[in-house]
Amino acid sequence: MQRATLDLWVGFFVVAGIAAVLFLALKVGNMGAFETGQTYTVKATFANIGGLKTRAPVKSAGVVVGRVVDIGFDTELYEATVTLNLDARFPFPRDSSAAIMTSGLLGEQYIALEAGGDDKMLANGDTIRLTQGAVVLENLIGQFLYSKAAEETPGASPAQ
Amino acid sequence: MTALIEVIRGIGRRVVDGVWRMGVATRFFLLTLLYSGQGFRRFHLIVREIYSSGVLSLIIILVSGLFVGMVLALQGYETLQTYGSEEALGVLVSLSLVRELGPVVAALLFASRAGSAITAEIGLMRATEQIAAMEMMAVNPIARVVAPRFWGAVISMPFLAALFSAMGIFGGYLVGVVLIGVDEGSFWSQMQAAVDFREDILNGVIKSVVFGVAVTAIALFEGYDAPPTAEGVSRATTRTVVTSSLAILGLDFVLTAFMFRGV
Repeated sequence: MQRATLDLWVGFFVVAGIAAVLFLALKVGNMGAFETGQTYTVKATFANIGGLKTRAPVKSAGVVVGRVVDIGFDTELYEATVTLNLDARFPFPRDSSAAIMTSGLLGEQYIALEAGGDDKMLANGDTIRLTQGAVVLENLIGQFLYSKAAEETPGASPAQ
Repeated sequence: MTALIEVIRGIGRRVVDGVWRMGVATRFFLLTLLYSGQGFRRFHLIVREIYSSGVLSLIIILVSGLFVGMVLALQGYETLQTYGSEEALGVLVSLSLVRELGPVVAALLFASRAGSAITAEIGLMRATEQIAAMEMMAVNPIARVVAPRFWGAVISMPFLAALFSAMGIFGGYLVGVVLIGVDEGSFWSQMQAAVDFREDILNGVIKSVVFGVAVTAIALFEGYDAPPTAEGVSRATTRTVVTSSLAILGLDFVLTAFMFRGV
């Protein structure tokens, strides 16, 4: 085969391969979404994180403003410490509160940030003080059954 | 008693032969790496090999990728629809392709399309004493014949795997969005939310590079080591496909266990 034809085909192949990688990176993956931008890191401790995983989104008013980068365990408080990477374009007041929510009934878990009213903003390395852990379904059912039982015991004697 | 000793001796001979072959194969692989520098100095040799193992595998990779993606979308839709989450179809198709099916199936096709060709070519070169002739002319056959084929195939493999995944996602889009009518916006946006560049796409590329090295090393060694007869070359070609397919699947398990543990 002619050298020029061969080079043309190989060049075409390499360009197509690079285009495929770019397609995967930009259209399929979330690269360039905001991971390349400036971020700041804050911590939050939760009594229970449920099924939260690293890379879970941090949302405020439904908009993704950051991601969970690390989940650890504090052996002094016996609570979970979650490290959040927030986009530097979205500063939050220092008294903002974080709660672990579930998207939909069976969906993935995410952290919902509720902005507070403080003038001072959260800085890199700060800790969010107001937190609310994940709702454990078993506890909820337990409480429900307990309150049902408490309702029915006084009503049982007049019926006799 | 003597029969038992014969059996044990047979087992021992097989083990010794196996270890011996492994050692020869490892030495051959290291020699290939050692003489790669000479191959890179004459880059047009590598370009020719990229053509014969990459460009010529393009059709089978693209068509298989398209159909694998389309079948994934059809089957995935059936199951997801039972739980009312058809929008997650994009996530299902893209994650299975980028993490597993893209690198693995592309490497299996590559082993049977390009690996077998490499083995047959080198085996025949040996059988027709072309390699011996090179040695006579003081041309190092590993630097002239083996190393360019190795690098040509190793460079082609990640591109082929990426093309396979991209084509498969396009096939999934065709069946899921165009044919079945899953919402296009949520198909892409859920996919983008779920697929991470570093965790998923880059790990898929790393996998395909590892598979490329494994397949090519096996194919080259089987060809170089083949008995110089018609039967020997045919058996070496078969062995290339079988061994490299098993190596791909085994390596895939090991790599997956390391890469996606706890995600």
